[in-house]
Amino acid sequence: MALPEDDPATASAEAVAEAPLVEAPADTVAGEVVLRLTDLVKTFPGVRALDGVQLEVRAGEVHCLLGQNGAGKSTLIKVLAGVHQPDSGQVEWRGEPASFANPQAAMKAGIATIYQELDLVEDLSVAENAFLGHEYRNFGFVRRGRMARHTRQILSRLGHGEIPPGRMVRSLPAAGKQIVSMARALSHEARLIIMDEPSAVLAHDEVGNLFRIIRELTAQGIAVIYISHRLEEIREIGDRVTVLKDGRTTAANLPARDTPTRDLVSRMTGRTIEYVFPDRPTDDSAGADLLQVEGLTRTGEFADVSLSVRAGEIVGIAGLVGSGRSELLETIYGARLPEAGTVRMDGKVLRPGVGAAVRAGMGMAPEERKSQALLLGEPIYRNVTLATFGRYARLGFTNAAKERAEADRIAETLELRPRDVDRPVRTLSGGNQQKVVVGRWLLGGTKLLLLDEPTRGVDVGARAELYQVIRGLAAQGVGVLLVSSEVPEVLGLADRVLVMREGRVVREAAAGELDENTVLDLVMAGSLMEGAPA
Amino acid sequence: MSDATPTPTATPERPQLPAQSPPVDPAETAVASNKAGSGGKLSWWRGDGGDGAKRNLGLIGVLAALIVVGAVTKPDLYGDPNWVWNNVLAILQLASVVGVVTVGMTFVIIGGGIDLSVGAIVALAGVWCTTVATQSYGAGGMIFAALAVGICVGLVNGVLISYGRLVPFIATLAMLVAARGLAASISNKQTQVSSSTFINDIAARKVIGIPILVYILGAVVLAGWVVLNRTTFGRRTIAVGGNPEAARLAGINVRRHTMLLYALSGLCCGIAAIMLTSQATSAQAAMANLYELDAIAAAIIGGTLLSGGRGTIVGSLLGVIIFATITNLFAINGLSIEAQNMVKGGIIVAAVLVQQFQFKSVTRLLARNRVTTAT
Ligand SMILES: Nc1ncnc2c1ncn2[C@@H]1O[C@H](COP(=O)(O)OP(=O)(O)OP(=O)(O)O)[C@@H](O)[C@H]1O
Ligand SMILES: [Mg+2]
Repeated sequence: MALPEDDPATASAEAVAEAPLVEAPADTVAGEVVLRLTDLVKTFPGVRALDGVQLEVRAGEVHCLLGQNGAGKSTLIKVLAGVHQPDSGQVEWRGEPASFANPQAAMKAGIATIYQELDLVEDLSVAENAFLGHEYRNFGFVRRGRMARHTRQILSRLGHGEIPPGRMVRSLPAAGKQIVSMARALSHEARLIIMDEPSAVLAHDEVGNLFRIIRELTAQGIAVIYISHRLEEIREIGDRVTVLKDGRTTAANLPARDTPTRDLVSRMTGRTIEYVFPDRPTDDSAGADLLQVEGLTRTGEFADVSLSVRAGEIVGIAGLVGSGRSELLETIYGARLPEAGTVRMDGKVLRPGVGAAVRAGMGMAPEERKSQALLLGEPIYRNVTLATFGRYARLGFTNAAKERAEADRIAETLELRPRDVDRPVRTLSGGNQQKVVVGRWLLGGTKLLLLDEPTRGVDVGARAELYQVIRGLAAQGVGVLLVSSEVPEVLGLADRVLVMREGRVVREAAAGELDENTVLDLVMAGSLMEGAPA
Repeated sequence: MSDATPTPTATPERPQLPAQSPPVDPAETAVASNKAGSGGKLSWWRGDGGDGAKRNLGLIGVLAALIVVGAVTKPDLYGDPNWVWNNVLAILQLASVVGVVTVGMTFVIIGGGIDLSVGAIVALAGVWCTTVATQSYGAGGMIFAALAVGICVGLVNGVLISYGRLVPFIATLAMLVAARGLAASISNKQTQVSSSTFINDIAARKVIGIPILVYILGAVVLAGWVVLNRTTFGRRTIAVGGNPEAARLAGINVRRHTMLLYALSGLCCGIAAIMLTSQATSAQAAMANLYELDAIAAAIIGGTLLSGGRGTIVGSLLGVIIFATITNLFAINGLSIEAQNMVKGGIIVAAVLVQQFQFKSVTRLLARNRVTTAT
């Protein structure tokens, strides 16, 4: 990087924009096969996560991995990243057999990874995280200035020059953390960058940004392995697709743009899935107002929000990450204290605190599964019943049999894999963990569901099931307030839609009156992202 | 597999491993086996977590090793079954008071806290229940006083920590100092003799050949196990310690529960105070010195995670018994208390190391063997 070393002020925007994001190693040849996996097998106690995987990745391509939740995608990339060791099979890296004993070895070889689960050190700064393990050093002293500058540069290239390199990662929202993970991957000199569901926590415009970066990378001959459950993304950015099912490659090197969706889905699932939203009730069956929010305000998060949810109604909130949606949900749920405004359930003003909200019949599936929702070491069934075990208990004694039965019922509806509710949640794949988080509130007994990104990381099949369950609950009179970054999901599932921008509700309309472009325009108008390439 | 094959249910197609399961990844096995066994089907220890049972087997191994050491160093004594039985009872009796304190400590640590004030609470409760005034109410009054003092001091800890937002380490450290100070001022730094024969008999008597103190330990351990593994209180404890934010968002009152955990620890200290007073037929402000360290150490080598969310009562009990056995071993061999402390320190480190590494290294060995045989 030809940046002046001493004066941070000279690291101006122009200088930043001209420097290449990642300097590709000089000997990179586009089109050459950089990675070839043959018959890769990896077992965990009781699970064969990879069962003979074949994969071939070329320099300069975006190679997409598709597969249902638990198909083995994350396990595969963890083997590549040196996190797991394969039981058998060959890894060929740039024409030579290779094995990566640890993540450092893989990074040295030029493989950088953005993991599905954020792996940042919360109490270190953004810059320290970005350069963790390969800090700039002088005689053992970390060169903070240089690291901060380089980090700032990477962040601006990622479209997030506003994140200060010195900020503690803990204080960033989920999307910000994802950006830092990406910055970390880009801080290496890499020939292959692996991205495990990078878009799951990103809003629409951020995904566009991500794609721009991916194109820059591949133009330099860097290969990208891209994992996502959103087929549209794969069509947009992908070159070739490899499909995994139950740890095996069921199709390799399909053209990403031209392979029909039903082909992809049937190779992933072994069946055809109607990816449609459940019908809305035809008559206006929604009942009385269940939730009434008036003038709710928290400085810097959202201002003067008023909304209502009727019994049996699904209300969707669309908006960018950072538009205050999650904070709003948490405030309604009593997890944050409002500065002004009231929350009423059934006409009664709620006292502050989650306890009161839960007693009034609310339930919330939070945004971040790992930090906000799961007991990773505990069995699945105890996670599913975390909010309800008291209800099945008698005289203070828990009823594990009943809890297992209830959890198993949810596991069946949401296609949890593997369906053994005694497994620790830690051993589940990301999408399956998400099903546990949402499933917790589908057991019944709640009057109002607050769902924050309920389908994050969930595969197409299970997603359709989840929509059915949510609609089914609404039909039984449950009110639902849904936050999602996926506009089609909000429009398809909700009866009524609120569009939020910068902490304010800018539009409210029946879902049928809006289309995706209208919502996107509303969401983006005047946002910080103006002028950024789409 | 062809595209047309419909799979109506979502079960994986190959749920079983081949007969000889291939070696598994070291790091993963360590995780999987440290965090609740995956496949363990219904068995009596189920609630304790499958891996807990595995770890406990390791502790029993340590215990067996200690017994072997005893048998080698004192073959004549260990040859006499009568002596052995009495020695076992002696060890259990030795373990009983700290054991009761450790049960409370285990709850606090699983709940994500720490209680450094347990020894001081035992002393304060002991002193309080042996004042002339309290003794005038008889044994019932003394027992009530000890338990009430324990619970109240525990509650103060709990309120400071959960509502005053003090760090547990600081709050209970302050309580350690304050409670000992209060005990010294109440007792005027004198040893207060208990004149209640009922209280004094607790430690002196046996029922069906087993000391009453051991029954009390058994009862507290059993109650602790049931509460941790079979009640909503126990479930909340694990949730609050494992992920407080998740617990809060699931509607659990984290603050109130944290407060109750310290009260529970205080209650255990109250029980321990009666036992210890009975053993000494007296109480004084310096009693139960450093019990907090013994209890924490026992819980840790028993597999309780210092960061909370995981731990077993059985493991803690084994930890206490191991320490008592070491003390006993040194006593029968006539060795110094200094040497004993050094060995104890070593055992704590060794136990934690073993827990961290045993699965990893075993599987790594397996993996290595497999690679070499394969090539
Ligand atoms: N540490 C582990 N211990 C035991 N089993 C595991 C572990 N990690 C993953 N598995 C199992 O391996 C299988 C593959 O998981 P993996 O995380 O690779 O799925 P995935 O394709 O990434 O799914 P998702 O789309 O949900 O992220 C799953 O059945 C999962 O339960
Ligand atoms: Mg995954």
